[in-house]
Amino acid sequence: MGMTMAEKIIAGAAGKESCKAGDIETVTLDRLMSNDGTTHLTIDMYNNLKNPHIADVDKLVWIVDHNIPADSPKTAASQKKMRDFAREHGIRFYEGEGVCHQIMMENHVRPGELIFGADSHTCAYGALGAFGTGVGCTDYLYAMVTGTSWLLVPETIRFNLNGKLNEGVYARDLILTIIGRISANGANYKAMEFAGPGLATLTMADRISICNLCVEAGAKTALMEVDDIALEYLKAHGREPKAIFKSDEDANFAQVIDVDLSEIKPIVAKPHFVDNIVDAKECQDVKIDEAFLGSCNNGRLEDLRVGARIIKGKKVAEGVRFLVVPASRAVYKEALKEGILDTFMEAGAMVMNPNCSVCWGACQGVIGQGEVLISTGTRNFKGRAGHKDSFVYLASAATVTASAIKGTIATADMV
Amino acid sequence: MSESFTAKIWVLGDDIDTDIILPTEYLAYKEINDMKPYAFSPLRPDLASKIQPGDMIVAGRNFGCGSSREQAPEVVKALGVSCVVAKSYARIFFRNAINNGLLLIENQELYDQVKEGDIAKVTPGKSIEVNGKTYEIASLPDNLMEILNAGGLVKAMRKRNGLD
Amino acid sequence: MGQTLVEKIIGNNVNKTVKPGDIVTVDVDWCMVDDIMVPFAVSKFEEMGFDKVFDPDKLVLIYDHFLPATQVDDSRHFRVGDEFAKKYGVKNVHRTEGICHQLMTEAGYVKPGQIAFGTDSHTVTYGCVGAFATGIGYTEMAGILGTGQLWLKVPETIKVVINGKLPGNVSSKDVILRIIGDLTSSGATYASLEFSGDTIDDMSIASRMTMSNMAVEAGAKCGLFAPDEKTCQYCNIEYTDDIKNLRSDEDAEFARVMTYRAENFVPVLACPSLVDNIHPVSEMAGKKVDQVFLGSCTNGRLEDLQTAAKILKGKHVKEYLKFIVTPASRKIYRQALADGTLEILSDAGAIITTPGCGLCCGRAGGILSDGEVVVATNNRNFLGRMGTSKVEIYLASPATAAATALTGFITEA
Repeated sequence: MGMTMAEKIIAGAAGKESCKAGDIETVTLDRLMSNDGTTHLTIDMYNNLKNPHIADVDKLVWIVDHNIPADSPKTAASQKKMRDFAREHGIRFYEGEGVCHQIMMENHVRPGELIFGADSHTCAYGALGAFGTGVGCTDYLYAMVTGTSWLLVPETIRFNLNGKLNEGVYARDLILTIIGRISANGANYKAMEFAGPGLATLTMADRISICNLCVEAGAKTALMEVDDIALEYLKAHGREPKAIFKSDEDANFAQVIDVDLSEIKPIVAKPHFVDNIVDAKECQDVKIDEAFLGSCNNGRLEDLRVGARIIKGKKVAEGVRFLVVPASRAVYKEALKEGILDTFMEAGAMVMNPNCSVCWGACQGVIGQGEVLISTGTRNFKGRAGHKDSFVYLASAATVTASAIKGTIATADMV
Repeated sequence: MSESFTAKIWVLGDDIDTDIILPTEYLAYKEINDMKPYAFSPLRPDLASKIQPGDMIVAGRNFGCGSSREQAPEVVKALGVSCVVAKSYARIFFRNAINNGLLLIENQELYDQVKEGDIAKVTPGKSIEVNGKTYEIASLPDNLMEILNAGGLVKAMRKRNGLD
Repeated sequence: MGQTLVEKIIGNNVNKTVKPGDIVTVDVDWCMVDDIMVPFAVSKFEEMGFDKVFDPDKLVLIYDHFLPATQVDDSRHFRVGDEFAKKYGVKNVHRTEGICHQLMTEAGYVKPGQIAFGTDSHTVTYGCVGAFATGIGYTEMAGILGTGQLWLKVPETIKVVINGKLPGNVSSKDVILRIIGDLTSSGATYASLEFSGDTIDDMSIASRMTMSNMAVEAGAKCGLFAPDEKTCQYCNIEYTDDIKNLRSDEDAEFARVMTYRAENFVPVLACPSLVDNIHPVSEMAGKKVDQVFLGSCTNGRLEDLQTAAKILKGKHVKEYLKFIVTPASRKIYRQALADGTLEILSDAGAIITTPGCGLCCGRAGGILSDGEVVVATNNRNFLGRMGTSKVEIYLASPATAAATALTGFITEA
């Protein structure tokens, strides 16, 4: 009986020939990412252990990205605790360099790896054929101390991608459509695997965006077959694959869904659920107060280029705050060289330092009572971006930029 | 303004700046009353809870230096502080205090002569008596007395606009 | 008997000769209200019973302290401002353009000889173009918005004369810090601080802004520079005879004259927690630093960023040290993009934020915690200003800040 990609990666990490969905396996982790959202809690627990030690410090990557620059003495203290600990133990440490998942993609993730991240969007690493999954700080601590953890081998939903996205339609629209179709818990505990001829039409930025959002359908992880595009990205960033896995022809999938990319349309996820999707044009009467282009989901160079093309020579609508937040320093610098940052600044957008920004809802661009944000961020839960009585719509970089220009929710062809 | 009152003294130092009187973090609270617990918090976190209505503050030179935040004198007034006696005041704070009807008294000696908890008898425009000693104090210029007597600038303007 | 610059500016406004101590009522040329104070000024204005703004074109609303917003009620301030602007026909609203004090001259509002009031103490900055400008509370601002007028006492003048050429590692920030140290934090209370001499003549407007900006830290009512050709170029106006006359007469009477040789200045720091606690950088050298902040209305201008870039080019800031750069305005950000300054700074590891008040106002932008040390180019190091009261804040020039970012220890450039 064949195995899925997920099963193969876990079997490898468990030192076994094979495993199957539903098994519980003890695995050795390849990498452990943690950010300033929770690391201070992990450290507190670590310090309470009887014999605290780190199994393999080279596997740890700690990243300050949520509240940078710090916005309160409390967050500053959490970050100091993290910085001091990383320094003392020689943990790879990034601060202010960008959103954790983007930094991991640029610098660490390799195909075939099994990675825990103390952040739900760790599933983004599937874009490079790595099994990334989000864990809480207790699980993280256990893995940090022992180098291992246990995992329930997930079933896999396989998405066969066919065709090509139309002009003006983006990976973001695709994954929101998929989440809308299978619902916000449609992939609970499962792996979402993407393959098929349509995959070759998607850039790495598209792929990261798709995998990143799979947790919003409840998925444990997302995985994509590793092809030349992925290998080129890896090479360009100076890394080699650990192992390249592919689901067997006779692997057992919980479900196989065919997706025709050419049928996807610009989509908006309305408040307050990611699967509350509608045709973007249905929202054109919604007035916005703020727009956000950025995050681990859509803050890459390709996304900024899309926005810049649309806004070049135009202005942000009066009274709208348009936050543009490159996902990493590398993205910031490329965008700077290409003139994209200036295009946004000229148009009246606010270019921010690379970080999680308003997607995290605490550090920058917090919205007030009754305000409406259109965002390329990952979530639109109630109160996610600020006041409990505020509203977040999720959309693509193109739709967000067009909306910033118009002042109401709009698609790129409307501005 | 000339009626005497007695007040318990709280002593603060030189250069009590507006960030000490009310840190920036709390400036955007909607109501001055909500800011009260945070007054003087960088220097003495428990002071705001100890000050009782009618108490007075005695300080050194340059009281209220720094920002133009009017929340600073407003919060002192909201705590019920009857008056501040300092060696000198920063000018923006001084104007803001007068405009809000908070009595400020300039006196060079008192700060060096009293300790926290002493009880003083204050007669505005005339004198302060404490520990058996009397300190003369000057009255304010006429144009400021007008604002103070009107009960602050808002009331003066309402009068001007025929509202009161 | 001659007149000082401030006496001339106020005298011109009230159409009579004035002298220090006179109480006069002036017609206000410009009012600036920043985002923190908008809701308070608006409610006082309405409580006072006014139904129109005396001249909506003379009011400028600027959102800068709360940008980007970090608390759920911050955007209420923008909304109240926008509603007020709409209701009373105020067209000059800057929502995301940068720090108020940078914009008031950069965007072409305040000109030589004018009188401006703002709801922020660093309104004194506009003295850099020879305007009388000072900070007031929101209640007085509400009164001005209704009446167009404010009373003030004509100040005495403390004249500062500096001649000669400053050492290469000394900037106008070191100069003003030294002057504040000599004056003390209340030494210029109620007075007009006026800067002159050939060192001053050689300074850019940006450098002068740094000095005007910090005049309030010595308690001054205003910090003035006589307008010259450079000023007029910056303000995009003609250098007329009227403007030429805006300088203190030879025989004017000064409360105090302070004279300096430029060559004697050294890089200095304002040490915790008072702006007048001035020490040479060399004296504090070697102290470990956790964060460096380059920005604010004091030192967030292009020349400041360029100074830092020159020091950091091809190098990287110290490991585990955060170097936060916050350009003062959108225009400066774009200029620094265009000339490669931001690229150099980013390559060096700077965290470059969007223009605004940032860390200086102590609400966001790099807050610190107990036991941490920050070297910052802004104007205040008060207790608790950038986090807890156990944060040590050292104020410095952009050059000192950049040199310190490189080594992780307080370092003279």
